[in-house]
Amino acid sequence: MPLLILLSVPLFAAIVLAFIGDRKYAPEINILGSAATFAAGISLALEVYAEGPMLAGGKFFFVDAFNVYLAVLTSFVSMTTAIFSRRYMRKERQDGHVGPIRMRFYHAMFQLFIFAMLLCLLTNNVGVLWIAMELATLSTVLLVSLYRTPSAIEAAWKYFILCGVGIALALFGTVLLYFAAEKVLGAGGEALLWTNLSQVSGKLEPTVLSLAFVFLMVGYGTKVGLVPVHNWLPDAHSEGPTPISAVLSGLLLNVALYALVRCKVLVDGSTGTHHAGDIMMGFGLLSIIVAAFSLLRQKDIKRMFAYSSIEHMGIATFAFGLGGPIATFGALLHMLVHSLTKSSIFFTVGHASQMHWTQEMDRIKGLIKGNPLVGWGLMFGVMAIVGMPPFGVFTSEFLILTATMKDAPFLTPFLLLGFAVAFAALFRRVQPMVTGPVPSYQRPLKAAHIPVMLHMALVLVIGIYMPDFLNRWFHTAVELLK
Amino acid sequence: MHTNLAAQINSFLAAMVLLTAFGMLVQRRMYGLIHLFAWQGLFLSISTAIVGFVAGAHHLYISSILTLSLKVILLPYILHVLIQRLKIHKEVETIVNVPMTMLIGIALVIFSYHLTAPVRELSTLMTRSTLAVALATVMLGLLMMITRKHAVTQIIGFLAMENGLFFAATSATYGMPLVVELGVALDILIAAFIFGIFFFHIHKTFDSLDVDQMARLKEGD
Repeated sequence: MPLLILLSVPLFAAIVLAFIGDRKYAPEINILGSAATFAAGISLALEVYAEGPMLAGGKFFFVDAFNVYLAVLTSFVSMTTAIFSRRYMRKERQDGHVGPIRMRFYHAMFQLFIFAMLLCLLTNNVGVLWIAMELATLSTVLLVSLYRTPSAIEAAWKYFILCGVGIALALFGTVLLYFAAEKVLGAGGEALLWTNLSQVSGKLEPTVLSLAFVFLMVGYGTKVGLVPVHNWLPDAHSEGPTPISAVLSGLLLNVALYALVRCKVLVDGSTGTHHAGDIMMGFGLLSIIVAAFSLLRQKDIKRMFAYSSIEHMGIATFAFGLGGPIATFGALLHMLVHSLTKSSIFFTVGHASQMHWTQEMDRIKGLIKGNPLVGWGLMFGVMAIVGMPPFGVFTSEFLILTATMKDAPFLTPFLLLGFAVAFAALFRRVQPMVTGPVPSYQRPLKAAHIPVMLHMALVLVIGIYMPDFLNRWFHTAVELLK
Repeated sequence: MHTNLAAQINSFLAAMVLLTAFGMLVQRRMYGLIHLFAWQGLFLSISTAIVGFVAGAHHLYISSILTLSLKVILLPYILHVLIQRLKIHKEVETIVNVPMTMLIGIALVIFSYHLTAPVRELSTLMTRSTLAVALATVMLGLLMMITRKHAVTQIIGFLAMENGLFFAATSATYGMPLVVELGVALDILIAAFIFGIFFFHIHKTFDSLDVDQMARLKEGD
């Protein structure tokens, strides 16, 4: 039952918001809808926590420790983003960047996007997963171009075309997967269910599955933002409205990675080798290195953090590819803390660029003096994201590093190089932005406090003391992904 | 005999699908492109219906009708209206290096045959030989999106890719489960609305649909 509520609330909210349009209370309805989604997510998680994995809706939905934690994360971040978006978008509206029609569209599409991601996570059907993933792209394409500037339209077009092509290749992979599954499970919808597939993974034809994985990897990898198919990501993040950058970075990338990990477990289970994992490690490592060095060259603040997202997705992909209990645990944790930290960073970045009328880092100065919450929020966010203790990212990166030293020691230097370069690049840029005197063109701003503080507090708590339930949860998920 | 004949007709239709894919690769005129795309959809639809009839897979009739209505009638119609509204129906796109593009296309077809060889060996379906053509259609659509610079052309390339995917599903497995087919069709429909909106935005902002003009977001140096 909570599952049904979890999925229907955002869909219903999307319709309601489409009707409400630009009325004064639309942002509040948006928050309310997301909060209800979050509550449903929590109760679903409690149910799964108490009773273990479950099927629902005639095997159409499937919930286990792995996807329910991502569903809770998705609903939580969408709630905080909705809170942030209330003040942020109001300001954008006052500044004349968006009009009433586009605000209506923005709110409705935001909820539809949340629905698409939750459907991706909770469906048991590989085909429906694909459809929901495409829906997630389609619902955000026009949000990226919301401001209708030439660069925003260009970014959205790139996003549309590249992700369209990527996802098309993933569909070919899905067809091949169905081909292999049909031989064992018979034709019909049953052959595309994760639960059925994982039971018979040993009997699936390995050659076909290896071929399928190549297509799935490139396809879903495009959405994860892995190098070399990452080109859409920095553009879409820098040109879209900041709340959308926050949910793209914090949530969509995770959801795509989720799909990839499920495929990897299946394929490696079938072939009995570690090929799929190796491919993921390669893509992951390349993403870490390329993104870390790209960080050095950035001038636009949102673009820089977009590259940082590529780096962190690379880390998680690498760790899932590496496999083994420690690396998988680290990767799961990393998805969680990265999502919380990065969306919090985007919240502060959004306010910072509103205060200075620009996204150019050279023009952003004196944040701590101008607005302590935004300044310190950005400072702590960056400290967390580069992996400084005691924040949660440190824990996950440490775990991944340990596992690498044990299982693939020759790759450790590359990993460390990526971490170090990213550390240097981000700090070099952030320090001048937060310190120093307030420039004359800065304007005061009412920032959204709650989301940033909530996210940073969570990342800090996870870093210092991992709650027992989270620990057990991740262990169950690690067992599933073996 | 019956199956044999059907397999032959199916192969013929597959060849026609491939031919239209090659045709689109070098077609300069907008209307010509849309017509080729509609033809491709028609061949696909007939092929699906024949496979459905011979194999007794009746859900393929629905897929066939879906293809007919979506890809032969609705999408070409939408594209027609769009390019008329945007007054670009007389535009002729310059294509550089046609022979080279064709050669790459042929290489892609051979590559597709090579790549799908393991699947062909495992399959017992009468349509197994057309899987390579399906993958080739996907690849040619991709090639078209890379080589052409017009927004409308890129979208047609994208839709041609989708055609190839649909064909792949029919050849490899007699079609995906119905819920998936319907969902994919819905996604394409939404995509059609989105690219329609996009054409207007791009046209208004850049005064042309040449995507080469969109070069603001280069990596800073």
